[in-house]
Amino acid sequence: MSVPPVYGMVLAAILFVIGLGGLLIRRNMVFVVISVEVMLNAGGLGFISAGARWAQADGQAVFLFLLAVAAAEAAIGLALILWLHHRHRTVDSDSARQMRG
Amino acid sequence: MQTVIWIVPILPIAGFIILTLFGRRSAWQFSAVVGAGTVGVSALLALVAGLTLAGVPDAGRTVISSLGDWVVIPGFSVDFSLRLDVLSDLMAMVITVVAFLIHLYSTAFMRGKGDYHRYFAYLNLFVGSMLLLVLGNNLLLLFVGWEGVGLCSYLLIGFWYEDPTNGLAANKAFIVTRIADAALLVGLFLTISTFGTLDISQVLSRASSAGSSPTVTAIAALLLVGAIGKSAQLPFQLWLPDAMAGPTPVSALIHAATMVTAGVYLVARMHLFYVLSPGVQLAVAIIGAATLLYGGLSALTQHDIKRVLAYSTISQIGYMFLGLGVGAWSAAMFHFMNHAFFKALLFLGAGVVIHRLNGEHNIMRMGGIRRTDRPLFWLFLTGAAALTGIPLVTSGFYSKEAILESAWIYPVAGPLFWAIGAFGVFLTGAYIFRLFFHVFLGESKKDGGTRPASFIFYPPMILLAVGAVLAGFLRTPRDLGNVQLMSNFLNPVLAPEQFRPAGLSTEVMLQIVTALLSLLAVFAAYLSYRRSTKSKVEEIEPHGIKRFLYTGMGADWLATSLVVRPFLWFAGIMRRDWVDLFYNGVAQAGLLVNRALRYTQSGLVRWYLLGIGIGVLVMLGMVVFS
Repeated sequence: MSVPPVYGMVLAAILFVIGLGGLLIRRNMVFVVISVEVMLNAGGLGFISAGARWAQADGQAVFLFLLAVAAAEAAIGLALILWLHHRHRTVDSDSARQMRG
Repeated sequence: MQTVIWIVPILPIAGFIILTLFGRRSAWQFSAVVGAGTVGVSALLALVAGLTLAGVPDAGRTVISSLGDWVVIPGFSVDFSLRLDVLSDLMAMVITVVAFLIHLYSTAFMRGKGDYHRYFAYLNLFVGSMLLLVLGNNLLLLFVGWEGVGLCSYLLIGFWYEDPTNGLAANKAFIVTRIADAALLVGLFLTISTFGTLDISQVLSRASSAGSSPTVTAIAALLLVGAIGKSAQLPFQLWLPDAMAGPTPVSALIHAATMVTAGVYLVARMHLFYVLSPGVQLAVAIIGAATLLYGGLSALTQHDIKRVLAYSTISQIGYMFLGLGVGAWSAAMFHFMNHAFFKALLFLGAGVVIHRLNGEHNIMRMGGIRRTDRPLFWLFLTGAAALTGIPLVTSGFYSKEAILESAWIYPVAGPLFWAIGAFGVFLTGAYIFRLFFHVFLGESKKDGGTRPASFIFYPPMILLAVGAVLAGFLRTPRDLGNVQLMSNFLNPVLAPEQFRPAGLSTEVMLQIVTALLSLLAVFAAYLSYRRSTKSKVEEIEPHGIKRFLYTGMGADWLATSLVVRPFLWFAGIMRRDWVDLFYNGVAQAGLLVNRALRYTQSGLVRWYLLGIGIGVLVMLGMVVFS
């Protein structure tokens, strides 16, 4: 009946890679923030799966903290998007590029 | 007495600090009061100390006051201590009194010439350094004062820094004396390694108990090089004529009280070393004799009133070195004191002349000052007479007489040294009275008249003139009163003359010859002056032998081609040697790496993230597969 915990871990890994890929490829800041959310939740899923594997409540407790972090991250991320749009009239992350290397 | 002697050098230095901090924002009167006041109090204290020392028996005439340790390492220590004995106090008295009078004169002279507080700050530091130099109980403290004096001479010669030539003159003074200072420093190191201390009395007592040795000779020679650098003796005399770039009272200070007499003091202070190494002592006498001839001859053809006096100083310090060289220690110090009075007087007088004539320096374009400024005429005449050594009434006569008598009895070529000195007396009279007649007699050659002089100029000069006359009677020859106040005062530190005096009749003969020579010189100068005014030919460019003397016997040219050019050539080669190649290579490699790494800082956050991701993967791989 129960799902083996290793499935949860594999799903978490896949979600994390999808999130990382989105972060690397997308230039639209909205999608960048969404990708970060996906990565965060992948991490949360990892914690819950690990908690199920050892039958401990710690994994779920950490997920509660992760929710708070995700909320804060979303707030800061949206504020950054607003700032970027205010400065550059665009939400392209590469537009905030002043160091020319 | 113990701690009071610290006040003497510290007061002018405190004045320097106060003027540096608050001078810019205060009225000029503040600078004048602080500048002259601190030195004045120092002068009073030094005089009181001198009177106290004269009143105690010989053995008690040394006061040493220590403020604690300075450098302590195993086997060697130096403390902050001052030494007040008859020699250092004589120096301190002359320095502070003459410097005070020059400060007083400067309060009027520097008005309206800009940077009033900076001038007095430097002047105070100059006096303070010189006092530290003469009062220091160990050679390290002496060296601190020595370098401080060098620094201040640089600052004051280049005082009017807007004109690049003044800056060059300041550089020249600094660099030339620095070359000599290097030798002095090596001498100090050698002293430490030989005697294990820098305390003056300990060094002297250990040297005298150890007796003469090659090391002692080397130390004496190295100290001598340092001394002749500061005192502008051959071959280091180059900087002094150019040092005229500074304000005139500064020249008076450098020539009379501070700076150039430091070398004389050093040799007198360490005279035991020269007694122990007769060869070096002979060198002192030879340098002195050569320099007094050089200075006298070069002064003969100068046009610039201050350059005449500069070469005159070189020549007079030559007399002091001749005196030191022939073992007439107290006579040399006697001449130092008299010279301080009359040379300061002459420079201050020259300052008034230049001031009156709106900055004219050329004596050929001067004249008739006797009519416009009668007191200055008499004051300058006193100074010139004292410099020449007009017999019986001037101090210069007695001190030169004392030196020349000792020169006559010097065992090595004594009469020759005497003859050079006597010829120097003739030269001295000739050049100073040539200047005097050109400046004061005849008609004024300037249109537009003269600027009025401040009344503050005169009291310092009057006091100096009194000193220039009366100081001579502190020591008179055996046939003229036999006053020995000076040599008795100096007795605890400077032994009486090294060699036995000649017979009384010989002395009288020598005196008569030099006296006649000095009078003859004045007469010759007058004849030459009359001839030059009759011919009505403006002397434009000197030629032939005159030109040779005018350029200081080509000393600058010689130094440039023998030392400066080869040095620059060598430095040019060393710029491109392999050592630099290596270090430049290191710098180039650094630049290359920098350029490569710069491309990683693109400002694109996604690329940074990729870097982080790859890094995490690599680290995870290392954990998993190891």
